[in-house]
Amino acid sequence: MKFLCTVKRVTDYEAKIRINSDGSDIVTDGVNMIINPFDEIGVEEALRLKEKHGGEVVVLSIGTSDSVQQLRSAMAMGADRGILVKNEGDMDSATVAKIIQKVAEDEQPDMIMMGKQAIDGDSNQAAQMLAEYLGWPQATYAFKVEVEGTDATVVREADGGMETVKVGLPAVITTDLRLNEPRYASLPGIMKAKRKPLAEKTLQELGVTATTRVVMKGLEAPPSKSAGQIVPDVDTLIEKLRNEAKAI
Amino acid sequence: MSKHLVVAEYAGGSLHGSTLSTITAAQKVGGDVIGLVVGQGVDSIATEMGKYVPNVVIVDDAKLANRLAQPWAQAIAAVAQNKGATHIWHGATTAGKDIMPRVAARLEAGMASDISAVVSENTFKRPMWAGNVIGTVEVTTDTKVVTVRPTEFDRATAGSETNIEKVETAIDDSRMSFVSFDEVKSDRPALTDADVVISGGRGLKGPEGFTNVIEPLADKLGAAIGASRAVCDAGWVPNDWQVGQTGKVVAPNLYFAVGLSGAIQHVAGMKGSKCIVAINKDEEAPIFQVADYGIVADLFDVVPELIEKL
Repeated sequence: MKFLCTVKRVTDYEAKIRINSDGSDIVTDGVNMIINPFDEIGVEEALRLKEKHGGEVVVLSIGTSDSVQQLRSAMAMGADRGILVKNEGDMDSATVAKIIQKVAEDEQPDMIMMGKQAIDGDSNQAAQMLAEYLGWPQATYAFKVEVEGTDATVVREADGGMETVKVGLPAVITTDLRLNEPRYASLPGIMKAKRKPLAEKTLQELGVTATTRVVMKGLEAPPSKSAGQIVPDVDTLIEKLRNEAKAI
Repeated sequence: MSKHLVVAEYAGGSLHGSTLSTITAAQKVGGDVIGLVVGQGVDSIATEMGKYVPNVVIVDDAKLANRLAQPWAQAIAAVAQNKGATHIWHGATTAGKDIMPRVAARLEAGMASDISAVVSENTFKRPMWAGNVIGTVEVTTDTKVVTVRPTEFDRATAGSETNIEKVETAIDDSRMSFVSFDEVKSDRPALTDADVVISGGRGLKGPEGFTNVIEPLADKLGAAIGASRAVCDAGWVPNDWQVGQTGKVVAPNLYFAVGLSGAIQHVAGMKGSKCIVAINKDEEAPIFQVADYGIVADLFDVVPELIEKL
């Protein structure tokens, strides 16, 4: 089986996020950058399925040459090779989906694994758009993935319970948190990753024109909450909840 | 003038509250609002939807009996084109997030996800970076797809007379099929609908902390139970109890954070709550920065006392 996994370079989920002075972007100077944690779960799942069924795991990132760091990290986990599609600046989800579509048409994977959302933009759109552009089925928010022949059975995290669906391959699958716990790269893995093939492509080579269907107009801090109060005991808490907050 | 198509979400024969919040968001833009009910044998859902919007369209087809993204997106996009919809709306629920990007792709429309405010007919506000940043986005295409964070909009009120119309669209076969749904059964209110939510974190020390401390308090207050990501990951409680960026977003009238540090990603899912109470023995815990009322003490002493005195 051939797997194509996305690895987006994002700000560390533990980093303190600050907005720059003109509200056009966040400040990334001095902020640790990581693989989108949901994408990392996707790489791990592809590696496990490869260990079971054989095949190849290809990792893809879109961005500047900084994203090579995330591709090498994924290859240190065990991915076989990387593709960097070079592009500067913001992209809307449709552009991302069209880029991955072109790469998928070249690579012909059996399964595309993506995180359910990137933890920076939190849009949760690109994978589903990609599935539609390719005309493929999708299984989002995967909790468990099993491959049998030309089908994948996926247990999904749905509202109010777990849904099981069957999708014919090739398909797009997005990962939820509990799918697996990604492995740490071993030292030999890190050394080997440096020599694994990494191809670079441009939007022009792929024949994709970036769209501006969704334009970011500005960022602001969320409304701040006024400072709360520490109460000394349960009696005071109940009194405040009844008479001040009128919450009970 | 704007023409809105609001897709109904339903389960167990009744309309989901998130759809009513979505109708309110559409009404804020102004223009005609049409409800869309997709499925099989959904007349009663359409009647329910018709209490809130003046026109309802039903697409009833055996191929749509289960809510699968590929055939559903096809039906929704077809009706949107047929009706000349400028905006196509859904709640930003698991179902809405799953289906609507496919609708946007089919229509080559721009999409704004999980919006928290309507600025104008093409501009919306939405939380990003786990709610640490609010982005203002403009959708530049003529047709716009929008999913709505239900907790940010009041539910629409019933009132209007309605016309219900059945529409047929050709649905292609897809390589997606439904196998089963394993419902989490609970006598408690749903997390996203509850008036009171009691959430627990690592301070509970194990699953028995939820059973012995959190559950009795939830019983007392008729509350739903939530949890931090850490305890869901540890397997103490089901994952769908998770409140946060990667779990459910809740905004109850009263939220108890018990033995929970208040990691950024958790706070992103509950800071819209009207009144937040934090109980934690670590006075440095970040949860106290968002709490309206805090008690710095051992939760194993405080919660039983609270249950007794409430």
